[in-house]
Amino acid sequence: MSASTASTIVSYTGKKLGSLRSERRWALWTAYASLIVATIIFLAPPFYMLVTSLKSSSEISNLSGNPWIVRAPTLENYMELIANPLFRGFFVNSVIITLCVVAISMVISVLAAFSLARMKFWGSQALATGVFLTYLVPDTLLFIPLYQIVGSLGLLNSIWGLILIYPTLTVPFCTWIMIGYFASIPKELDEAALIDGAGWMQMLTKIFIPVALPGIIAATIFAFTVSWAAFVYPTAFVTTPEHMPLTIGVVSQLIRGDTFAWGQIMAGALMAALPPVVVYAFLMDYYIAGLTAGATKG
Amino acid sequence: MAQVHLRKVVKEYEGGVQAVKGIDLDIADHEFVVLVGPSGCGKSTTLRMIAGLEEISGGEIDIGGTVVNDVPPRDRDIAMVFQNYALYPHMTVYDNMAFGLTLRKFDKGEIKRRVENAAKILDIGMLLDRKPKALSGGQRQRVAMGRAIVRDPKVFLFDEPLSNLDAKLRVQMRTEIKKVHQTVRTTTVYVTHDQVEAMTLADRVVVMNHGKIEQVGPPQELYHHPKTRFVAGFIGSPSMNFIPARLEEVGSGLVVRMTDRAVLPVPAARTARYAPHVGRELLFGIRPEHLTEPHPNEHRPSIAHFEAAPEVVEPMGMETLLHFWVEGHEICARFDPAVEVAPGKLAAMAVDMDQMHLIDPKTDLVL
Repeated sequence: MSASTASTIVSYTGKKLGSLRSERRWALWTAYASLIVATIIFLAPPFYMLVTSLKSSSEISNLSGNPWIVRAPTLENYMELIANPLFRGFFVNSVIITLCVVAISMVISVLAAFSLARMKFWGSQALATGVFLTYLVPDTLLFIPLYQIVGSLGLLNSIWGLILIYPTLTVPFCTWIMIGYFASIPKELDEAALIDGAGWMQMLTKIFIPVALPGIIAATIFAFTVSWAAFVYPTAFVTTPEHMPLTIGVVSQLIRGDTFAWGQIMAGALMAALPPVVVYAFLMDYYIAGLTAGATKG
Repeated sequence: MAQVHLRKVVKEYEGGVQAVKGIDLDIADHEFVVLVGPSGCGKSTTLRMIAGLEEISGGEIDIGGTVVNDVPPRDRDIAMVFQNYALYPHMTVYDNMAFGLTLRKFDKGEIKRRVENAAKILDIGMLLDRKPKALSGGQRQRVAMGRAIVRDPKVFLFDEPLSNLDAKLRVQMRTEIKKVHQTVRTTTVYVTHDQVEAMTLADRVVVMNHGKIEQVGPPQELYHHPKTRFVAGFIGSPSMNFIPARLEEVGSGLVVRMTDRAVLPVPAARTARYAPHVGRELLFGIRPEHLTEPHPNEHRPSIAHFEAAPEVVEPMGMETLLHFWVEGHEICARFDPAVEVAPGKLAAMAVDMDQMHLIDPKTDLVL
């Protein structure tokens, strides 16, 4: 017994010990290297968009020199786009569609999530799973039957058709986020509210919505991003420029056959990307808190 | 204020599992009743049925003369304090306390008066503008109590309110709860698994086990006159020692024989009560505090003496606990810390046989 203990000690002392400081330095270097690579990969396209949008058409078509550098920066692409009533129309359409879709999605998903998370009724668990499963169906599969539906309602080539069908993309995931968030609220809180005299609606409006605000903001950002950036559905359902949102308007109107107005396309794409960037920048903390709620105990 | 009556109350879950098996309980006006028992004994379920948070599967619950079986919680005029406080995190302390009154459309002036009065009782006046996250555990529990007090309900319900607090704060809040009850005198039903909490707070303690009430009575009665082995073992800390023994007749008296060497005389006053059980194998029960060092000035005939060598000695400061084994059964004795004892060394012990209990192992009833 004593001999084996002694030999163990010798083997421990004979081995070189690790250093916490060097291990930490190594971990930091790895983290920085990975982050720098990821940042370059993710920021290269928007940077190229910005560079191209600040070039004149002649500079873009001039293939000599480094394409990542602007030699004679100009805002003419932006000015032309802003002056173009068609582009302003795309922007207004996108705003109307997004605001309506966000409102519809949040009302439906908050009510659905509250009932699925809290009002235990027969089949509620199966329904909650069903809601999530619908999110797994790709929109590229859905647009064919949805085309029939929207067509039969007479809403083809209209922003109202888009407002009707975008919630099929947003509601399932928003509901799923909200179910998770509502489920993380302690059960005793609704019991306390019930004893205090609240009904279900009062419990939702006075307790759950204020407490689950980070979750609601996360779901709102998701709905906003999906409806602002949707491409497949407007491509399939809208054909005339006056009803087009930004995503397809920029592409369809600035590409004429094999002529690409690259400067304006890039300027349009950047301007289209601006609202989500602003929304994310202001609400990022809430967004992360909302997505990770209930992940840990406490 | 109100009386609460439970008549054959049953709670059965899906699959036929009965959490509460037809209990009867009468709680008087102004009374402080504590439901105590181990986890899963049905005490919290009973409280939640009184609150209306659980539907009852059978029987009747009457609060203040009204059968409330189908009455929703908000209309039962009860207030509840939860283990994890259940404060609304987005509201200030004032709003938390005022919430129930606001929903009931009380006049703003009346709400202010009630909240300030409750805050004064609980000494939380300076916290009214804070949010729950800025409060300590003890302060949160006070706010939860304040939320109950402002409602001036018929009945207060407490569901293990001190379990989340540290030991020191628990003792402090226990006193606080008792003080509040002495001030407001509202009928109170309090659930805990901590028998010390039950003994110190209750006018009457209800000991529950396996969905049934084992015994109801004032703390002292439960301590001195337990009706079942469960109650005898549950009430008291450290718990009562149980040793298998045979009741025998020796001359005109009785003795309990644990081993050939451990034979203890039964006090004369109990002879008549135990006589029908002579010759039976029973359980001899004695609390650690009645198994102590001998006192030179104690000459009662009911004090029996013997020697044992403790295997483990636990100095607790105010007392020293000695653990030794008799016939494979662990026995705990409670000694004065001034008495010197060491593990493995024989120590003289005295048993107060006036405090003994004999239990029928077949029925688990105390004889």
